[in-house]
Amino acid sequence: MSRKQMPKRILVKGNEALAYGAVDAGLQCYFAYPITPQNEVPEMLSALLPEHGGAFVQAESEVGAVNMLLGAGACGVLAMTSSSSCGISLMQEGISYMAGSHIPGVIVNMSRGGPGLGDIGPSQGDYFQAVKGGGHGDHRNLVLAPSTAQECYDFMFMAFALAFAYRNPVMILGDAIVGQIKEPIRRTAPEGASTPEHLRSLVQDLRIEGYGARGENAPPRLLKSVYLAEGALAQRNRLLQQKYAAMRKDARYAGEELDDAELVVVAFGSIGRITSSAIRGLRKEGRKIGLFRPITLYPFPGEALRIHARGRRILVIEQNIGQMVEDVRLAVGGCDVAWHGIMPGLFIGANELVEPILQALKG
Amino acid sequence: MTSANDLRPRPGEKLVFDVNPVLNERVTHYCPGCHHGIAHRLVSEVLHELGVAHKTILVASVGCATFTYDYFNVDSVEAPHGRACAVATGVRRARPEAVVFTYQGDGDMAAIGTGESLHAANRGEKITAVFINNTVYGMTGGQMAPTTLVGQKTTTTIHGRNFSNEGGPIRLTEIMAQLQGVAYAARCSLDSVKHVKEAKKAVRRAFDVQLAGLGFGFVELLSGCPTNWHMTPTAANKRIATDMIPVFPLGVFKDVGAAEANAVKEPGNA
Repeated sequence: MSRKQMPKRILVKGNEALAYGAVDAGLQCYFAYPITPQNEVPEMLSALLPEHGGAFVQAESEVGAVNMLLGAGACGVLAMTSSSSCGISLMQEGISYMAGSHIPGVIVNMSRGGPGLGDIGPSQGDYFQAVKGGGHGDHRNLVLAPSTAQECYDFMFMAFALAFAYRNPVMILGDAIVGQIKEPIRRTAPEGASTPEHLRSLVQDLRIEGYGARGENAPPRLLKSVYLAEGALAQRNRLLQQKYAAMRKDARYAGEELDDAELVVVAFGSIGRITSSAIRGLRKEGRKIGLFRPITLYPFPGEALRIHARGRRILVIEQNIGQMVEDVRLAVGGCDVAWHGIMPGLFIGANELVEPILQALKG
Repeated sequence: MTSANDLRPRPGEKLVFDVNPVLNERVTHYCPGCHHGIAHRLVSEVLHELGVAHKTILVASVGCATFTYDYFNVDSVEAPHGRACAVATGVRRARPEAVVFTYQGDGDMAAIGTGESLHAANRGEKITAVFINNTVYGMTGGQMAPTTLVGQKTTTTIHGRNFSNEGGPIRLTEIMAQLQGVAYAARCSLDSVKHVKEAKKAVRRAFDVQLAGLGFGFVELLSGCPTNWHMTPTAANKRIATDMIPVFPLGVFKDVGAAEANAVKEPGNA
């Protein structure tokens, strides 16, 4: 496609890109409780979604919102909620139930600084909560980490595709920077995006609808997570673990300048993008540095990282007190992994990353 | 253990009463003398009479009623403790054509799930909530419920519920009736034939308002829990009449007609 044929670009915030992406991906039901820094999402969807024939409910709390998501997801429609850190903590019970009941749904966390009420600045302190399950029991969410407004738009399609393919909650983990940054995006579905009809067909054997939809004497269906009979819960968990193992093939990352890199920097989301700027500047000075930016935080792209890390120095940069670095160390095994943390709530520039990167390059 | 087949007529016996097809014939896990069985029967009979079971979705709760879905021949989804009305909101918005109901105990609906219940009711969600009030936590072994009577002994109020420490019993039907989104709110009892017949009418009405699109239908059913009251079923029935009904008065607290339902949609028209 020539540049002239390309659809016009629109100038939007990352949060607005999420709302457009969700609607264009086929969102039918959205439930949320307001919280900064993601309020553009419910504000936009309160107007956009009804125009597209969908349902918007401002819930009484995040607990209400996630359980509305559970109900709509159990019906097999494309449903979503969004919140930020403290609100996501309140949702963990519902997310665990959804995982245990094989219910699809998308949860957006445009995270804030923590712990507690923290602040509304940038932070990646929710990494553990997002990728290790977050709620009670052995469950996992697929987690996507956008770094630009365009990715906020595009990843909504990926989030719904994964949620319905695996009948599992999918989380989009962003922060105040990617949510509030305003930049041009192209509002067109990514290549190969599934239609909502196709996604709904993936769960037609597992949704509640009223048995009459399946025939006059069809047996009733039940979606649940409680398994009390001896051995039943063990079997349920085996099934879930098989699903999580199958997800590994969907691990994704973005690589920059990795081929000849002497130092591979691992960073995700907004910090991945700022790190990319720093690396581009250092490349101009002839420094051989590459960026490995995980797009799926769960499943973590550990296999790909192991290959790129071979014989190179590794530096992890993240805006927390050391979370993703644990997954990086697990992935690369014996390699020496350096870590540079940025305290939650701080806004940093690429220039502030130059020194830690050069230090790691020297070793 | 008695199986459902043992209950079928043997040679020489005549079938004089049968379950309706919305309930299956599984033997329930409920204790002898428990009123859940009666409540199940009333709800299932109403669904059968309305001819809507094929498009009905049950949102189950947590407590003794967790396994409600094992006995109803309708599509069901499990809700976390207290969240049934929020889950039912999601179901309702995703499936506008369905008949949606929750079935919740007093702990589920009037303690941990008060927020979800009141706000679903206040939004006027077109759902029906069946609320079982037996003044005690049954499934967990007899602890205090939000509806426990003052002076009532439970495993967490061993000297009796003390008003100055634990407050008094919540009258949820009266609260529900205050909310604009509620189209029908009634309290009935399952302690006598007369009351059961009244309860059937109330359950029917709580579904009627949903089907008519008038708003939230709510029915509270005063029920016995002989096991955790440490009484015989007969004594438990008596306790409902002598101790519970004076605190939880029976009656229809709200029943909006179509005209009134339209009127409350206008802003400022309370």
